[in-house]
Amino acid sequence: MTPFLVVFALMIVTPLVYSMYLSLFRNQLMGGTTFAGFANYVTALTDPKLWDGAGRVGLFLLVQVPIMLALALVAALAIDSGRLHGRSFFRVGLFLPYAVPGVVAVLMWGYMYDDRLGLTASVNDLVGFALLDPYTKRWILTAIGNIVTWEFVGYNMLILYSALKTVPTEIYEAAAIDGAGQFRIVRSIKLPAVRGALVIATIFSILGSFQLFNEPNILKEIQPALISSYYTPNIYAYNLTFVGNQVSYAATVAIVMGLVTAVIAYIVQLRGTRREA
Amino acid sequence: MTITRNRRVALGAMTALLAASLTACSGGGDGGGGGGEGASAEEIEAALQEGGSLTYWTWTPQAEKQIEEFEKAYPDVDVTLVDTVGAGDANTKLQNAIAAGDGVPDVVQIEYQSIPQFQLPGQLTDLTQYGFAELESLYTASTWGSVSQNGGIWGLPQDSGPMAFFYNQEVFDAAGVEVPATWDEYVEAARTIKEHDADTCLANDSGDPGFTTSMIWQAGGTPFQNDGESVTIDLADEGTTRFAEMYQPLIDDELLCQLPGWSDEWYAALNDGTIASVALGAWMPGILEDGVPDGAGKWRVAPMPTYDGPPTNAENGGSTESIPEASENKLLAAGFLKWLNASDESIQAFMETGGFPATVEHLESEEFLGYESEYFGGQKINEVLAAGAADVNEGWQYLPWQSYANSIFADTVGQAWLDRSSLLDGLAAWQEENVAYGTDQGFTVNG
Repeated sequence: MTPFLVVFALMIVTPLVYSMYLSLFRNQLMGGTTFAGFANYVTALTDPKLWDGAGRVGLFLLVQVPIMLALALVAALAIDSGRLHGRSFFRVGLFLPYAVPGVVAVLMWGYMYDDRLGLTASVNDLVGFALLDPYTKRWILTAIGNIVTWEFVGYNMLILYSALKTVPTEIYEAAAIDGAGQFRIVRSIKLPAVRGALVIATIFSILGSFQLFNEPNILKEIQPALISSYYTPNIYAYNLTFVGNQVSYAATVAIVMGLVTAVIAYIVQLRGTRREA
Repeated sequence: MTITRNRRVALGAMTALLAASLTACSGGGDGGGGGGEGASAEEIEAALQEGGSLTYWTWTPQAEKQIEEFEKAYPDVDVTLVDTVGAGDANTKLQNAIAAGDGVPDVVQIEYQSIPQFQLPGQLTDLTQYGFAELESLYTASTWGSVSQNGGIWGLPQDSGPMAFFYNQEVFDAAGVEVPATWDEYVEAARTIKEHDADTCLANDSGDPGFTTSMIWQAGGTPFQNDGESVTIDLADEGTTRFAEMYQPLIDDELLCQLPGWSDEWYAALNDGTIASVALGAWMPGILEDGVPDGAGKWRVAPMPTYDGPPTNAENGGSTESIPEASENKLLAAGFLKWLNASDESIQAFMETGGFPATVEHLESEEFLGYESEYFGGQKINEVLAAGAADVNEGWQYLPWQSYANSIFADTVGQAWLDRSSLLDGLAAWQEENVAYGTDQGFTVNG
């Protein structure tokens, strides 16, 4: 137990406590750093920029995560069904995007989205009108969701697929003897079997959504006006720290968002496990 | 340079330095007072002779050559060069090092507009104590004005960036466009080029804070005034409005390529003639030669277009070298800095490889002015660029938090390019955010 506690204290508790400590101060170019009590928290709770970003990642979570997990589930079931030719090819192929460094993936998609030189330009030329328009206020969040889905579908597929692999083959044999078809097997055996894994994958995805940073931050270099300096809470905290001279307030933003994320993840976990019981 | 020198040299140098600092301490006892750290030109020279080691952070391409020259002149000083890649990264890096209190460089390159960000919290050394005030006459008025403010001298100017109009003659000829002398002609030229070939444009812009502030400066605006503690922001003053009204049609009628500068696409578009001109600082020829090889022989330079006839200009970019307050080796750093930006040897090395100096003598030298650039089809480009340096409007100041202001530019002013909405409205929104930020940061802000 002791080695665990040491690592836990160093890696988890120390940064948290330090952030909480930081969040009690106020940084000013004129006046330096002064103690501010909980003033930063009061500011954060009514900060329109923070809640604009939080709302955006919330929307992202509600739309992108179900789509991604549904795709991952379909892929996992398909690979597990044994009816797919080139199973390992699909498994590796779907997982491959996860192995591409996030920055590279975004740069790649960022180029494809370009409507002068990229794939978007070719598609639009082909159909003769602006069918795709990812770099607009209307579509940019969808475009980001597309990148994130591409990156993580394979990873989630693997989590679900490994849960399916734990189902003993006798159960399938018994189901077959009972005359169950493939869809009945999926509904009565496979889906209940992956429920636990699905809850875990959902929680990971919730964390990922709230921490959304890389994709919008890199696209911001290509489209500065489309992605604001507070597009997601993480981008906001980053800019506050590194350009805004507001380390303490950034720490507050991080803690507030950490709490929000923890609460939502906890609710999902409670609901997920209760149904299972 | 870098880590090539062996340890013994460094150790010897440190011993020598220790001796020097002890001498300095004992000598300073009677002169005394609070400042205490100051030194005369002789003492600085002595420190250079005795040697030591320094860390120098810069993104100047010429730095390696300069350090080579420096180490020839002062073989006992070992300078470690750290390439900070670009202004944005350099600011973040320096801020982190200062906050951590560790690994702070002895000499660091800072953009003029970022000086207050480090100076106001007391993170830069006032160079007045090393007698640098007497170097004033070496530099152009605008660059000296940038490094000396709020009652101190916070760096020595390295280069300057008076704006100029760089254009691709071939594209201009093909579209039948003359070099615009006024901004009205500029807007017309943008229209003509677009009509001639819808895929090409006179210039690119998708809302760039550095460009926009320089353009406001060129239009005679002084939207930011600060004396250290109190700041006045007026992004609707006469000059700012003049610029915004001139520029609005370019946005409304989508006459420009909506490409951010410095991207791969931007370089590609300059190379293939999609973008026919850029209005940027005098450091641009080096960038064109490096990044736009296909433009060789096609590009030319002209003075900036004007509003009402008489020449008017602004600075765009340019930077200084400063000594952080946390440097542990200030005397030696001061010696290096003085050599770097005030000695003929160093500035010659800087200019040989395309640097545009800040020193009057070099800007006026016949060799510099007479240089015929092959890339620019034999044009004497420095005549145009140096003449532009003389027309820079006086009285311009940046905000004490310009880097932050620039980081929220796209949120506010940048929306004008996205929605084809009013530039003046965007500027008003930018002002509002800056007033709030400045007030929160402890300044008295009027605006």
